[in-house]
Amino acid sequence: MTRRRLDAALLRRLLGLSAPELGCEECFELVDRYVEAELRGDDAYALVPGMAAHLAGCPACAEEHASLLALARRDG
Amino acid sequence: MSVAARAFEPAPPPLDPDSRRWLDELARRPPPAETLERLHALLLQAARFELRRRRSALPWLDHDERERLAVECADDALVAVLARRASYRGHSRFTTWAYKFALLEAGVRVRRLAWRGRELSISGEGWALVADQAPTQQERAEQRELVAALQEAIAALTPHQRRVLLALTVDGVPIDVLAERLETTRGALYKALHDARARLREQLRARGLPRLLDEAAAG
Repeated sequence: MTRRRLDAALLRRLLGLSAPELGCEECFELVDRYVEAELRGDDAYALVPGMAAHLAGCPACAEEHASLLALARRDG
Repeated sequence: MSVAARAFEPAPPPLDPDSRRWLDELARRPPPAETLERLHALLLQAARFELRRRRSALPWLDHDERERLAVECADDALVAVLARRASYRGHSRFTTWAYKFALLEAGVRVRRLAWRGRELSISGEGWALVADQAPTQQERAEQRELVAALQEAIAALTPHQRRVLLALTVDGVPIDVLAERLETTRGALYKALHDARARLREQLRARGLPRLLDEAAAG
């Protein structure tokens, strides 16, 4: 029997956000647009609805987003 | 998932000169070899970047192995970029758009290599939640109630939803790794996870525990 302590982080992972969100394919299609909006200081959250909620709930997409943001920022 | 990914589609801004050049050259039949070499070099740069960022996940890879992996990622990313060129709509720089293909290839490979050979517990059985420590008696009672409610709600999921939910959120199995093991796609798994989470939230609301949902969301 595996026991897991229900801390706040696990609770968030189990429940996700109660908000509309994109799927992984839609996220991939739009992440470059989202990243460049973030770099410009635009309202990326409003420009790509559902992206932030997906990134909060999908660690793999969140990793890829973080890397694209870092790489695009490095390009200037 | 019911969100319209693009509730309205704003017109893209005018293309920057560099992106314009990429599109013009790649539109030629055939694209110039020099253009494809430059594109491959761009994707290789992104793959190397990602593999460096994730090197702690693959500590046993030496420099030569990492470089071979980066080239593999860039090769596959090049094929994907050329196949999906028509999907570039100019809402970002071409280089940003192209980078994501290499980052995806590298990220998936890193996660799969890191978990290669590891046993996955994906039956959805043989687990239990334990209440977190809380300072007051009332909070401890609320925790116990939440744990009981969650365990009941998880038990009421379909076997597939339960297996996916527990593997991804409790056991921390990367979604690409689980997709490979279950011979399905990342998107299909995320849909199952999304549906499972929605059912859990619905069950907790029905049990009169919306405050805990709000706290989880605010966390």
